[in-house]
Amino acid sequence: MPMLPELFLLAAACAILLIDLYVGDEKRTLTYGLAQLSLVATFVLNLQNFGAAREVLYHGMFVVDGMATLLKAGMLAVMALVLMFSRDYINQRSFHRGEYYILALFASLGMLVMVSGYSFLTIYLGLELLSLSLYAMVAMRRDSTDGPEAAMKYFVMGALASGLLLYGMSMIYGVTGSIQITEVQAKAVEILAAHPDKAALLTFGAIFLVAGIAFKLGAVPFHMWVPDVYHGAPTSVSALVSSAPKIAVFGMAMRLLPETLNSVLAQWQLLLTILCMLSIVIGNVSAVAQSNIKRMLAFSGIAHIGYFLLGLLSGTAQGYSAAMFYILVYALMSVAGFGMILVMTRAGFECESIDDFKGLWKRSPWHALMMMFIMMSMAGVPPLVGFWPKLEVIRAVLDSGLPHAVWLAAIAVLFAVVGAWYYLRVVKAIFFDEGEAPELQTAGDLRLAFSIAGLSMLVLGLMPGPLLALCAAVFAS
Amino acid sequence: MSVEKIIFYVFAAILIASASLVVTTRNSVRATLFLVLCFVCSAILWMLLEAEFLAISLVLVYVGAVMVLFLFVVMMLDVDYAALKSGFVRFLPLALVVAGLVFAAIYSIVSSVHFGLEAYATPAAHPAEYSNIKELGMLIYTDYFYPFELAAVLLLVAIVAAISLTFRGSRERKVQKPEWQVAVNRADRVQLVKMAAVKKEQAAPASDAASE
Repeated sequence: MPMLPELFLLAAACAILLIDLYVGDEKRTLTYGLAQLSLVATFVLNLQNFGAAREVLYHGMFVVDGMATLLKAGMLAVMALVLMFSRDYINQRSFHRGEYYILALFASLGMLVMVSGYSFLTIYLGLELLSLSLYAMVAMRRDSTDGPEAAMKYFVMGALASGLLLYGMSMIYGVTGSIQITEVQAKAVEILAAHPDKAALLTFGAIFLVAGIAFKLGAVPFHMWVPDVYHGAPTSVSALVSSAPKIAVFGMAMRLLPETLNSVLAQWQLLLTILCMLSIVIGNVSAVAQSNIKRMLAFSGIAHIGYFLLGLLSGTAQGYSAAMFYILVYALMSVAGFGMILVMTRAGFECESIDDFKGLWKRSPWHALMMMFIMMSMAGVPPLVGFWPKLEVIRAVLDSGLPHAVWLAAIAVLFAVVGAWYYLRVVKAIFFDEGEAPELQTAGDLRLAFSIAGLSMLVLGLMPGPLLALCAAVFAS
Repeated sequence: MSVEKIIFYVFAAILIASASLVVTTRNSVRATLFLVLCFVCSAILWMLLEAEFLAISLVLVYVGAVMVLFLFVVMMLDVDYAALKSGFVRFLPLALVVAGLVFAAIYSIVSSVHFGLEAYATPAAHPAEYSNIKELGMLIYTDYFYPFELAAVLLLVAIVAAISLTFRGSRERKVQKPEWQVAVNRADRVQLVKMAAVKKEQAAPASDAASE
């Protein structure tokens, strides 16, 4: 049954909600264990859909195909890693812990619904399910002033983005008379053949869809919320917000743009090109100026989204698979990047500044090495994993035959060099600067998760083949 | 001009006027009441579209329940309106320019060329015994069961989120444990402290120390 992962996750989240109420201990160990278990079980249930034929089910509301299955696997794995990172962090702080895990599960459910939605309605509901859980999680830490402020900003911006998205959807519904993606696609082709002047209507809808997607991804010029939210949110929530939801938004973008509006491809390609270039330039340049590590990671995330859009705007199967590869790797790197901060924090101490990493090499060589892997991977240094998706998206855009492809690639490469500078600044602080980085005081499973994340940078970097092949196979047909 | 058209234009005009009053009026209780008027007018517009069930539920749910609660909240909160309005004049020119541009763009698209009566013919009216609720129910529980269930999950998440953000009380349930109550000893509860006799002027600090 193709919908089994979603159904199971919903049932598990509801059951954990009740179990947490009655048997929750002070540290919520049981809730945490059950949440992890249900993510793993959902992952396993999702595996049965691998290789299955594409099916559109439940009155055209739900689709299961290679892309949805692979994205779901990626999101669930990233979510499990995020929860591993979160447990110790929230135990040390005054969180309402049970709800943390439950909302994380509902956010995962929203992401699964999003990438499997095949009607504007289900995609939108999935997005809201995800966003609503995230707003609450950002606001959860009430003893700080930053958290609720960031949540408020995130909420207002998110509501605006949803509004733009809905406006675009309603526009396209007005033209085609349907919200089901197969029908919209067929109707759009039919209408354009009969009345070429109606392309303006579809383009108008596409503009709002692109704006909504860009808001959720945090692409320039819709990026203003990103640094404030990542900075103000509890670090474990920043790790969540910056990683798995981006994969889900990629799924949504694929459903809404290439699958629905391929008939006005050139128009949204142009929009994405503008967003992509602005994100790469402004993201990288702003990140250089940051001394707060969370803000630096936020701007570096914006730049990464720019590179990811490079794949999406190519408009070819090669480009889509490169973008998919990029977003999966980016999610992993982003979790690892925030994990780096989580490893450094302890009760009563938030690691905020890059200076806090000074001299870590002498204290804890293993973790310093892992951090070097993560930073170098984000910078795109071979043989670490961050190099391969950058290479793939640039290759895709060069092969796309777009008129300005060479310029796009040149700017992308140039600003990758700018980007390397601020990542290396962190590496320099860890290895070469004198300082008294304190003894790490974090729990074993957090360090284990961090080692997994750090080593995966190297392992995936040395063997990018399997993941790359999986991404390519999705768009091969 | 038919009666429907007159009704439409009258209530559309009231709707637009009251909607702009919602955002411009100084008194927030009045703003809420204008919002109620907005809902009533849009319910009437829905009625013209033969969406009777939606129109009635809008009046019952929003006007009858949600807005009344909202009115309570607005009356209880002490909102600093001066702070809310600060920057209004400063940002007004920019806001007007942006609004004008967006309006021009939307107007050029949603004009009668593309969305006129030629492109969209008037739908045939349903017969008198046509049941809106029945059709809606059929659709919700068959074609749209998946979004319907998702909307339910969304409400559940809203409840969980709201409680986790606002509940400040103790998370522990308070229960009596009879076996502990029975097993209590005198020695667990009462402690006799031997005290030296003291003079009156030193009495206060000495008794403090003893009670600790």
